Amino acid sequence: MTALRRHRKLSAIWASEPGWKGWTSSVNHTDLGRMFLVTAFFFFLVGGLLAMLIRAQLATPDSAFVDAGAFSQFFTMHGTIMMFLFAIPTFEGLAIYLLPKMLGTRDLAFPRLTAYGYWCYVFGGLMLLVALVFGIAPNGGWFMYPPLTGPLYSPGINTDFWLIGITFVEISAICAAVEFTVSILKYRAPGMSLDKMPIFAWYALVTSLMILTGFPPLILGSILLEVERAFGLPFFQADLGGDSLLWQHLFWLFGHPEVYIIFLPAAGVISTILPVMARTTLLGYGWIVASAVALAFLSFGLWVHHMFTTGIPQMGLAFFSAASTLVAVPTGVQVFAWIGTLWKGRPELHLPMLHILGFFVTFVIGGLTGVMVAVVPFDWQAHDTAFITAHLHYVLFGGFVFPILAGIYYWLPLVTGRRRFFRLGEMAFALIFLGFHGTFLAMHWVGLLGQRRRIETYDADTGWGAINFVSSLSSFVMAIGLAMVLIDVAIHALIAVRGRRNPWGAGSLEWASMSPPPAYNFASLPEVTSREPLHGDPGLPNRLARGEGYLGTPRDGRRETMTVDIASGRPEGIVIYPGNTRLPIMMAAVTGLFFLSILLKLFWLTPFALAGIAALALVWVWQLGDRADQGLQDAGRGAVLPLVGETDRAPGWWGSVFLLVANATFFGSLLFGYAFLWTVAPGWPPPEWLPPSMAELGIGAGSAIGAALAMRLAILRNRRSETPVPFLALALAATLATALTFGMLILRLPPPDGHAYAATLLILGAYVMLHALLAGLMQAFLIVRARRGFISPRRRAELPIVLLWSDYVAAVAALSLLAAHLPGFLV
Amino acid sequence: MAAGSTSILLIGCSGDLSIVDPAGPAARSIATLWWVMLAGAVAILVMVTGLVVAAFRVRQPVAGDARREKIWIIGLGLGFSMTVLAALLAYGLAAGERLMPRAAPDVVRVAAEARQWEWRFTYDDRPGHVTANLLHIPAGRPVDVAITSVDVVHSFWVPRLAGKLDAIPGHVNVLRIEADLPGTYRGLTAEYNGEGYRGHVFAVQAHDAEGWAAFLEGSTP
Ligand code: HEM
Ligand SMILES: [Cu+2]
Ligand SMILES: [Cu+2]
Repeated sequence: MTALRRHRKLSAIWASEPGWKGWTSSVNHTDLGRMFLVTAFFFFLVGGLLAMLIRAQLATPDSAFVDAGAFSQFFTMHGTIMMFLFAIPTFEGLAIYLLPKMLGTRDLAFPRLTAYGYWCYVFGGLMLLVALVFGIAPNGGWFMYPPLTGPLYSPGINTDFWLIGITFVEISAICAAVEFTVSILKYRAPGMSLDKMPIFAWYALVTSLMILTGFPPLILGSILLEVERAFGLPFFQADLGGDSLLWQHLFWLFGHPEVYIIFLPAAGVISTILPVMARTTLLGYGWIVASAVALAFLSFGLWVHHMFTTGIPQMGLAFFSAASTLVAVPTGVQVFAWIGTLWKGRPELHLPMLHILGFFVTFVIGGLTGVMVAVVPFDWQAHDTAFITAHLHYVLFGGFVFPILAGIYYWLPLVTGRRRFFRLGEMAFALIFLGFHGTFLAMHWVGLLGQRRRIETYDADTGWGAINFVSSLSSFVMAIGLAMVLIDVAIHALIAVRGRRNPWGAGSLEWASMSPPPAYNFASLPEVTSREPLHGDPGLPNRLARGEGYLGTPRDGRRETMTVDIASGRPEGIVIYPGNTRLPIMMAAVTGLFFLSILLKLFWLTPFALAGIAALALVWVWQLGDRADQGLQDAGRGAVLPLVGETDRAPGWWGSVFLLVANATFFGSLLFGYAFLWTVAPGWPPPEWLPPSMAELGIGAGSAIGAALAMRLAILRNRRSETPVPFLALALAATLATALTFGMLILRLPPPDGHAYAATLLILGAYVMLHALLAGLMQAFLIVRARRGFISPRRRAELPIVLLWSDYVAAVAALSLLAAHLPGFLV
Repeated sequence: MAAGSTSILLIGCSGDLSIVDPAGPAARSIATLWWVMLAGAVAILVMVTGLVVAAFRVRQPVAGDARREKIWIIGLGLGFSMTVLAALLAYGLAAGERLMPRAAPDVVRVAAEARQWEWRFTYDDRPGHVTANLLHIPAGRPVDVAITSVDVVHSFWVPRLAGKLDAIPGHVNVLRIEADLPGTYRGLTAEYNGEGYRGHVFAVQAHDAEGWAAFLEGSTP
């Protein structure tokens, strides 16, 4: 087969539908990565326009351009859009686009999930845009502190848009994080052991794990606040046993890691580009990986530094202050490793390098002011002033926007296969750099002079007018620079000047694909033996195109790729991807219906939406699998491998593991909230406790553990070629008993709108009941699958997945029952 | 850098909310902390920028990665960062320790209660008396303000006297403030609390000894 015929055959198998119809049915990572990035930059534009409105309003004293109400929507939506609808999705889009190419494979682990995440992002973002257009946007500041955002002080729908829209959007972050984790661990080119992985993949892996453990506290907080607003359960009301500080803890347990979730991918971009710009290799690869991991761990121990002024005891202050300064060490290691890399090589001043220099100056200043506000006494003064706004922009703009601009200019030739025609970019960089520092250096200064953040105007006699004017003027210079970048990129995409492959002489695998890359990335998969496969092997792209790698023979119209052993990169299995489908967009639409029903208080609709989600989910999983054993398959280059559906650890199993990690963090946050309210909230103990019941404890925990045991027996029987159905049915019955027990527990609770204690137990009970029902649905699904012939001793992969979920239900059921009954026994 | 001389550089005409124009011991020690940190930060920034620029100019003799890692990562990344941060942390903790409301014989106790959008102040030494948006204190004596809120989260802040502390429903936080000299100092709420946020301000009147005695006796309002 010639390279061209192979290309035609593979394209026929992998291509999305032509035209705009393809957008709604594509599950291809190259398509979705681009769609993600374009959408994210659209939101950057919206957030940027809001920033311009803010700066226009603040340019002069006693400004009457907008009133306090509109201004509060502006700053809230600016912060919210930048953080949730621009920064995180930009990371997702970049990683979706790049990871499979860098890892030398053909797509991410769960292509339909990529698409589902994208549509959740779009629909959730649309909700917030609608709110903005109609002037009913959230207005409590991007961290939404109750009681101000609670039912008493914000009765309007504004806050609900935030809580529901952002939770909807966060589904996409969780989906992407699960997918990246599994893809990076399992979907790599053969031979790419962990220590040969491109550095960007390491950063993406760490970031993904942080999303899985960082987002659940906020999702929990949002659910609690929405439940308080919709049904009057008093989680954050001090007089009813709640505490507004609980929100602050949950929010910043998310919010601080969030900053690193934004910075780490950008650091990954720097670590990738900078050595190429300096014509050398990265200095201290191992150190950099270690410091990214250290950053991830440390960043979960710092959230209290956003709460230094809330009256934390002195010991706590000292601890969190120390932790917050400590986190600068791994950051310092990375910065100095990058400078060392520059010294090691021969840096050249291409456009991406300019943005990296912009990053250095800006981010180092942001880091230094960050260390300043980590010192408690200084934070007591600076907190909630323009100084903080300035600091956070140095970190976010310096640590994210500059690296991303560098990345855009670096990878643009890959995406379009073209080269730049006009030299607009250099001019744009100068304007952005000068404009940025003019804007925010000035804001440090007025902050020190006492200007608070979030005020809509100030008196002339404060003397802040001139400084604010400089700041606003500079911000318009920056805006012009950013607009020029957009124009530059648009021109680049429109004017065809063919560029050559790999113009920067990079060593990583994405440049071994064609530019622009075809839907299947690589005609055959490379065997990787070094960290920079293209260095010293310029013939690799052609050999891959000729089909000399793995899986070089297109067959049966199947979209195929390989999974590997996590540590060594030894080939393990063959994956067959699903094809184009509109299932993801439909699923996202129905998910949106669920969120809408809550937003608009159309509660009769909610059960239908949930049923719709469950039905589509069943179709989703039903589409996979075979009704006959396939046996070992030829993978090329002498490798013979099983299909992943005929192994014990299918990608779905790994996906479940990481989804459960996020889920367990959610559950842990709920228990933390319970303990926090009990020990810190003023209105405790509650007027009445749940009457303890040995029967409930015994039946609840016993049935859940019984179900997990029955699942094990079902697996054993299947292995012995006997039908697993009887034990699956037993597991199903036991799981339903668990759900029923928790239903009873909920009914026995003291009135949940009377005290936060009963309200918390209600959430706990509902959580376990929901998970028991979910596990029950999976077990029922397995029964049908087994009876229809989808399960055999070889085709066994679905059983361990359901076992995982059953085990999880057993664990959370037992813990929740203890948490619910213990106080009753003690008192 | 001494606080007094340099603050002239920055203040110009707008002293009355400025962090760097302190009028009490707490605010003064924080202002000093700021100038020290600023000097350190500028030095570090110059060093890092210098190293980046030098990378474009200097051709280093060929050396192995191991040696480079020793210099850049262990020496600068770990060694340098940790030394600077440890020193700063020690300084910061010591400074923080001094700001704590410690027991002392001459401490005056007052209470501040925030609501949308008003501050109400009460006085342990003058039971039953309430002032709105104006807090009376004696100059030259430490004052402990017990801060709370009846509705949403607010924050009590008198920039020239001390840092801020939040007013949280159901909790009471105690902030130590002190004014060197008699006079009026402007105070602000410093946690966004709804549409009246900007106008949610108050004043602190520091009296001399006689003035304070008169206030306690009730001969001034
Ligand atoms: C495009 C240039 C930008 C300008 C001119 C700008 C300007 C501003 C200004 C003036 C404020 C303060 C509003 C106030 O409190 O009075 C603000 C707040 C904020 N900005 Fe930006 N910003 C920009 C980009 C970004 C980016 C890229 C991010 C994040 C990735 C970001 C995140 C935030 C956040 C989180 C807040 C706080 C919002 C709140 O107080 O609730 N900004 N911005
Ligand atoms: Cu933080
Ligand atoms: Cu920070």
